[in-house]
Amino acid sequence: MLFKIVKRSEISKEKSICIRILAVLLALITSGIFILLLDLNPLEVYWAMVQGAFGSKYRIEQTIIKAIPLIITSLGIAVAFKMKFWNIGGEGQIIMGAFAASFFALRFPDLPRPLLLSLMIIAAVVAGGLWALIPAFFKAQFDTNETIVTLMLNYIALKWITYLQYGPWRDPAAQGFPKIPNFSENAILPDLLGVHIGWVIALALVFIMYIFMNHSKLGFEIAVLGESENTARYAGVNIKKTILLALAISGGLCGLTGMIEVSAVCNTLSVEVTGGVGFTAIVTTWLGALSAPIILVVSFLFAALIQAGSFIQTAFGIPAAAAQILEGMILFFVLGSEFFVRYKLTKNGGFSLNLKKEVS
Amino acid sequence: MSQDTAYIVMKNITKTFGKVIANDNVNFSVQKGEIHSLLGENGAGKSTLMNMLSGIYIPDSGSIFIRGEEVKFYSPKDSINAGIGMIHQHFKLVDTLSALENIIIGQKTGFFINKKSLENKIKEIISAFGLEVDLHKKVYDMSVGEKQNLEILKVLYRGAKILILDEPTAVLTPQETRKLFAIMRKMKEQGCAVIFISHKLNEVMEISDKITVLRKGKTVKTLNKSETNPQELTELMVGHPVDLSIKRLERQSSEVVLKVRNLRAVNEEGVEVLKGINFDLHAGEILSVAGIAGSGQKELCETIAGLYPVTSGEILFKEEDLVGKTPKEIISKGISMSFVPEDRLGMGLVAAMDIVDNILLKQYQTQKGLLLSRKPATAKAKEIIKKLDIQTPSIYHPIRDLSGGNIQKVLLGRELDTNPEVLITAYPVRGLDINTCYKIYDLLNEEKKKGVAILFIAEDLDSLIGLSDRIMVLSNGEVMGILDARKATKEEIGLMMLGEKIKKTEGAYAV
Repeated sequence: MLFKIVKRSEISKEKSICIRILAVLLALITSGIFILLLDLNPLEVYWAMVQGAFGSKYRIEQTIIKAIPLIITSLGIAVAFKMKFWNIGGEGQIIMGAFAASFFALRFPDLPRPLLLSLMIIAAVVAGGLWALIPAFFKAQFDTNETIVTLMLNYIALKWITYLQYGPWRDPAAQGFPKIPNFSENAILPDLLGVHIGWVIALALVFIMYIFMNHSKLGFEIAVLGESENTARYAGVNIKKTILLALAISGGLCGLTGMIEVSAVCNTLSVEVTGGVGFTAIVTTWLGALSAPIILVVSFLFAALIQAGSFIQTAFGIPAAAAQILEGMILFFVLGSEFFVRYKLTKNGGFSLNLKKEVS
Repeated sequence: MSQDTAYIVMKNITKTFGKVIANDNVNFSVQKGEIHSLLGENGAGKSTLMNMLSGIYIPDSGSIFIRGEEVKFYSPKDSINAGIGMIHQHFKLVDTLSALENIIIGQKTGFFINKKSLENKIKEIISAFGLEVDLHKKVYDMSVGEKQNLEILKVLYRGAKILILDEPTAVLTPQETRKLFAIMRKMKEQGCAVIFISHKLNEVMEISDKITVLRKGKTVKTLNKSETNPQELTELMVGHPVDLSIKRLERQSSEVVLKVRNLRAVNEEGVEVLKGINFDLHAGEILSVAGIAGSGQKELCETIAGLYPVTSGEILFKEEDLVGKTPKEIISKGISMSFVPEDRLGMGLVAAMDIVDNILLKQYQTQKGLLLSRKPATAKAKEIIKKLDIQTPSIYHPIRDLSGGNIQKVLLGRELDTNPEVLITAYPVRGLDINTCYKIYDLLNEEKKKGVAILFIAEDLDSLIGLSDRIMVLSNGEVMGILDARKATKEEIGLMMLGEKIKKTEGAYAV
């Protein structure tokens, strides 16, 4: 081998930023080749992507709307991840939150707006939290594998909504079309400055979760438990209680995402309510290094990428799959650059060859 | 000693980390068939020097010669290829794999692995060096001594002719140490060069041929074992004459703080590990616990701290039974356990966190409200660093990057700082250099003066006799007897450790 991989002992801030910028540039060049194959001008497409994500008030609003669920879900997942509890069940927790919120929205459509919305929020947080408590309980009690349990619970949640949509909750007025009725006006979150009020909730949560993770007793206990269960026991942490509380918070935040999506974005419940946010948020959580402020930035950029992708589909008439390839490529390079931040390639030189002679 | 006959020569090696000069023009050479000890206090640069020899660090300047030819190591692989094998303090083994699998992983083999022939080859090495390894045992089932044997086997299998053992005896019992020395002598007979890093002067005097002393990153002197003595070595290490006797303070009071009565506990396999333990612990005394490793010391500590289930019996703290209480409740009563486990970071500290957060670990329970305040912990961190002379880039540096001795100081510093009424401390000086050892003995004496009841678990019988008021000897989960430390002899304790019960117990419990 000509090159070998060596772990970096330390890296300066400038250098790591340099590597990341280089990664984005490389991603753009590689994607450019792909765009050329589509018979389009890469520069035009890139400019259109910027325009698509930030080019007008409407587009910025769309980007923000896409960022909100990512931010809140990532914050939730980060709590579990900090404890090294691999909550892959964000998707299911969002769905169950959405379900509980929808239950109140459909059952009591005529309640006063503040009351109904509050009920929906509480129901969603509780439902998401309870859904996450299932794997937490089994983990705390029997040390089961949380990755598998949370993943499987996603499908149970999804099929539950499918059942509702095709069965008991089906809208009789939809002329046989399998959909759940739209919410009443009172069950829809109001707008503030052009975007539904979810953005205020998201920003507030970033702040609250930052304080929670870094300056609260429970946050500290979660971090200690994530590093070493023995030490946590020794310091007097109640292990089972901490696992359950952390997951209730994690799932509760995901559930809240579900409520915001059904109420403000979809105005009804459907099987597509999550749009894969529960999985995408795992990427943003990890890229955000489990830190609330960085999660905010990463989620916003990620939302911009998604928004830009859907914009160029219509602007250039390229297929959705092609736009997603661009998204994937950029993400691939950015994630790949993390490797180079941690490791470096060094030249092997002719040294090992000489050495073999010596030893033998 | 010319370069032709020397196996390894390290010449004018310098290595700096930021502003810290870890090695300053160090010269070091080892001959074939020689056991060469490297002595020095914590932070003298021993590990840095050895890490350069094993390819983990690259020297800033200076050269390394192996059999007279200059080599440059860019990674541990280069060093392994050159026949150097290092046994680290923290073992690098995969717990869930068997011994055999641990040896094979990372090796270049064909697509298929011929386990039979590999096994035979490995068995040859095992018998040649007198190692004790069961190739099909999983690592998680192994004792520390077995794991170390496996580590040695691993590097020998990779063709190492030069072995570096970084404080190998720090985690071993006297018996295991003796076995290790036998293995080291076999290596020497087979023409290997062995570099032995240790703080324990008696071990260094027992096993080595040559001794090199480092102080503050510089080579002080290389001596022949036959021409030196522990006193001289200590002075060379520390840089000034040292008094090697331990002070013993008189017991301060006769108030009984902790009473343990008929304490019984079973382990996960259902085997009884504590078989009816009885003792009293007075305020202002140091009660030592001696015993062969695994005689129930760990379980005794953990039961008192509420971390280990008790089957029957009582632990009375000022007449209040602690059995069944949670660790949190026990901590709040002023009982502190600074238990240094066999692998230092296993329990007590969080490796990824900085000193402040590790100190916070013992403070946050008593803070009011839901939020944390790091201010007191930060102040304490600064204080402890100064008081115990802890070497760290800053208090916000993850402690996993600190050396073993410094990590131990953080742990002990924190525990002493909680103003406990009962202090349980296990192996507090394990792996520490002489100067720090004495500092820690002084600290324990200071606590004793304040009236703290100290339960002191240790392995070094000399310091145990010197420091404590009474010595309780455990064997196989039973108390063999409690001796007055002023009258006890090592021989007597040794016999009791092996299971000989005595009738007379000095100032013991009154049942």
